[in-house]
Amino acid sequence: MSELKYDQKICTKCEKIDCLTRCQHIALELEEARQEWMKILAGRDSRVLHECLTCYACEEYCPYHNHPFYLIVDRQEELSAWPVPVPLTKQQIAMMAPKGQIVAQKVSAPVINLCSFPMLAGCIQGKLFAGASIIGGNDLFCNIMWLHFAKNSVIRERLPKVINNLMDYYLKVSGVDELICFHDECFGTYTQLAPAFGIEVPFKPVHLFEYLTKKLTELKKEIRPINAKVAYQRPCSNRLVPETQHWVDEIFKLIGAIRPAREYEGENALCCGMVVQAAQRDDQADDLQKRNVDDMAAAGAQYCVFNCPMCFMTLKGMVAERGMTPILISDLCRIALGEGFWG
Amino acid sequence: MEEIYRELVKIVGERFVSNQPEERFLYSRDPGTMEPHAPDWVVMPNTTEEVQKIVRLANRQKIPLVPMGGGLVLSGLSRPLQGGMVLDMKRMNRILEVNEASSYVVVEAGASQGMLQAYLKKHHPRLKHSIPDAPPIATIGGNVLIHGSGHLSAAGGFHSEMLNGLEVVLPTGEVARIGSCSASPYWFSRSPLPDLAGLFLGWHGTTGVVTKLAIKLFPARPWNDVGIFVIEDPELAPDIIRRLARVQVAEDILAWMSPKPDWARGFQMINIAYGAETKAELTLKRNLIRESVRPYLERKVGGFMPLPPDMKVRFLEAPQSTLAVFADVNKGGGFEYVGAIMPVELFAPAFRKGLEIAERRKVPYSLGARIVGLAHCMMFFYAYAFNRADQADVRRAQTALEDTNALVLEMGGIPWKAETPAQKQIIKKMDPNTFALMNRLRAVLDPQGIMNPGNWEA
Repeated sequence: MSELKYDQKICTKCEKIDCLTRCQHIALELEEARQEWMKILAGRDSRVLHECLTCYACEEYCPYHNHPFYLIVDRQEELSAWPVPVPLTKQQIAMMAPKGQIVAQKVSAPVINLCSFPMLAGCIQGKLFAGASIIGGNDLFCNIMWLHFAKNSVIRERLPKVINNLMDYYLKVSGVDELICFHDECFGTYTQLAPAFGIEVPFKPVHLFEYLTKKLTELKKEIRPINAKVAYQRPCSNRLVPETQHWVDEIFKLIGAIRPAREYEGENALCCGMVVQAAQRDDQADDLQKRNVDDMAAAGAQYCVFNCPMCFMTLKGMVAERGMTPILISDLCRIALGEGFWG
Repeated sequence: MEEIYRELVKIVGERFVSNQPEERFLYSRDPGTMEPHAPDWVVMPNTTEEVQKIVRLANRQKIPLVPMGGGLVLSGLSRPLQGGMVLDMKRMNRILEVNEASSYVVVEAGASQGMLQAYLKKHHPRLKHSIPDAPPIATIGGNVLIHGSGHLSAAGGFHSEMLNGLEVVLPTGEVARIGSCSASPYWFSRSPLPDLAGLFLGWHGTTGVVTKLAIKLFPARPWNDVGIFVIEDPELAPDIIRRLARVQVAEDILAWMSPKPDWARGFQMINIAYGAETKAELTLKRNLIRESVRPYLERKVGGFMPLPPDMKVRFLEAPQSTLAVFADVNKGGGFEYVGAIMPVELFAPAFRKGLEIAERRKVPYSLGARIVGLAHCMMFFYAYAFNRADQADVRRAQTALEDTNALVLEMGGIPWKAETPAQKQIIKKMDPNTFALMNRLRAVLDPQGIMNPGNWEA
C-alpha cells in the first residue's frame, strides 16, 4: 500500500489552516478550522469529512504542498465517511474497471492520451495533431476520480497498473518517453498525485495546454484571431497543478481570444457541479452552476472553453442556454486555424 | 376451403386475403417461444363493415377467427390454435379524431404506437399517449386490450385504465359501442354507464373484434428529465418505489436489473421520468422526488446516478431502444418475457427468484418492473433472449418461462398476457365461480365458439 507523502509536523505548526479557512464550501473560522483539522490529523471524525465537496481546492490553498486534500480523502475512507452513496461508488468502480482488452501497439510521438474518453478521438485532427498517435480506454484510465468517492484505495490499486499499461503496451515498445495528456486530470495524476502516493511515473507527462501552445506557436502565421471573449472553466484537477494555468493565457494570446475578468477564476474557480450531484447535493450543485454561468455571462463571454470532458458535458447545455458557445479548448484552437471543430 | 377464400375475396378484395403457405407460415407464429399454429386464411379488413361481414361468414361456417394487431404479443395469443382465419387489423390504422380540449384520441384498432406518436408530435405537440416499450408497429388497440402499461403508467395506470370507449364487432356480427360514445358524439369516458369494456379487456380476442377505441392523452411537456436511483439491496425497493410514486410527479417509474453491462450487475436501478412546463417546475419536481427518498440518501444506501444531460437522452426515449438490443443478445431474434402483475411488496422475492431461474436454466436475462399508478402494483418482467434457429436455446427459454409463470402464481402475482399453458395455470388457481362466470359470458357473446378458441379454456 502506497503511503501518502505527508508531513504531520507541518500541519501541526501551521498558523493559518488555509486548507479549511479558505474552503469555498464549508464556513470555518480559524479556531474551529484548527480544531477540525487536529481531529483529522488524529484520525478522528470531523464535520469536514462529511461536508467536503471534494473540489480539490485545499490542495492548491496549502502553502506547504502538504496534501491536505489527499489526507481528507484517506480519512473519509478510513472512517467510512462516504461523500457519495455506497451503491453509486461501487457501480462507478465497476464501470471504470480496467477491461483487460488492451493490445500492444506501436505509437509515434506525439502520443495523445485520451484516458477514459476515447470517444473524443474526433477532436484529435487537423494541423495541431498531424501525425499524432491516439490512445485511450478504461485500461488507461488515470483513476484520479476516486478522490471524489473517498476511494484512495482504488487509486493505489489501479494507478500503478495503468502506468505499467502505458509503458508496456505503448511507450516502451515504441521508444517514446513523452505522453501528451489531453485531460488535465491525467497530467495532475502523473505529475502530482502519483508522486504524493509514492508511485513512480517513468515517462514525461506533457499537459495538453503546453502542447497546444507549442503547436500554435509553430503555426502562428496561419492563425486567424478569434477576437471574442472566452470564459475558461477550470477543472478541479487543475488545483493540483496550478503552475499550468499560464498556458491558458498563452493559448488565448496566440489565438486572439480575450479572457474577460471574472469573479470565479483562478483560485476562486467553481466546480462544474457534477461531483456535487454525485454527492446528492443538487441544491449546492444548482447554486454553483448558476453562479458560475451567471459570472461567465456577466463577463460578456461569447465562448466557454473547457479542458475537462466531464465539465463540458455537465455545463454545455446551461452555457448554450445563456447564448455562449461551449467548446473544448482543442476545438477553439482549431477554429483559430480556420478548421472546423468536432465537439 | 376455396369457397371460403372466394367469399373473403369478395369482402376485402384479392390483395387482402391469402391462403398461401408463405402467409400461413408468417401468421403461424410470433417472436416468442410458443409452437406455431398455421391459419387457413389471413384476411385484412379495411372497415368495420368488412369486419362484420367476415365475422358473419365465420359464424355461418363455424370457422375459428383470431383478431391480430401488431402480432408482437410474444406469448402466442394471435396464433390460431385451431386454424381458421387470422384477422389482421393493420389496414384499419386511421387516426380518426383528436380532442385537445378533453385530451383523447379516437383511433382504429390497427393504428400503431409509432403512427400515433408521430401524428401527435406533428399535429398536437402538446399532447402524448402512453407508449409501451414495444416496437413502434405494436398497435394501440392490442396493447390496451391486453392491459398493457407504458411510459405514462405511473401517472395514468394500465393502458386499459386509459381507455375511454370502444367500438366492437360482436362474435355474432353486431356492432356495439361501449362508453360515452354509445350515447354521445364524444368519446370522453367510460363513466357513468355500466362499464361493458370489461367484456373485452384481458380476454385475448375471445369475446369480439375491437375496431375503434378512444384513449386518454396526456400533456407533452417541453422540459423533461429522468433520475436513476441506484440501490444494491432489493429489500429496500418497495419502500423506495412507494415513496417515489407517491410524490405524484413521475410519469413513469421503471426498475431494471441486468447482468449487462458489467456495471449494472448486482444493482437495482429505478428510472423516474418526469416532465414540466418550465425549467423551474422541473427543478421543483426533481427536488420533490429527491426529498421523498431523503432517508436513504442520508444512510448512503442509495442515490441518484450523476449523469450529464447527454447521457440521459437514451433513458428518456419512448420506447426504450436498449430493450431491442437485449432482445437480440443471443442473435437469432428470439425474445420473450413473463410480465407478472403483482404487488410492489413482492419486488425482492420476485427479483431473487428470477435470478435463480436464469442461473438454473442458463439463459441471458433482464429483469425489471414498471410501476403502475402510485405503486398500486407493478408489472414485474422476466425477459429471456434466445436464438430462434437453435432449438435447444428455444427450449431453455421456454422452460425458464414455464418456471417463471409457476413462480409468479406461487408468489401471488398473475402472469400478464399469459401463454395458453399459463392461462391454464391461472385457471387452476382461479375461484371456480369466476371461471364459470367467464364461460357463461363467453357463451352468450360467442354461441358458436369461434373467437380465438383454445384461449382461456381449462
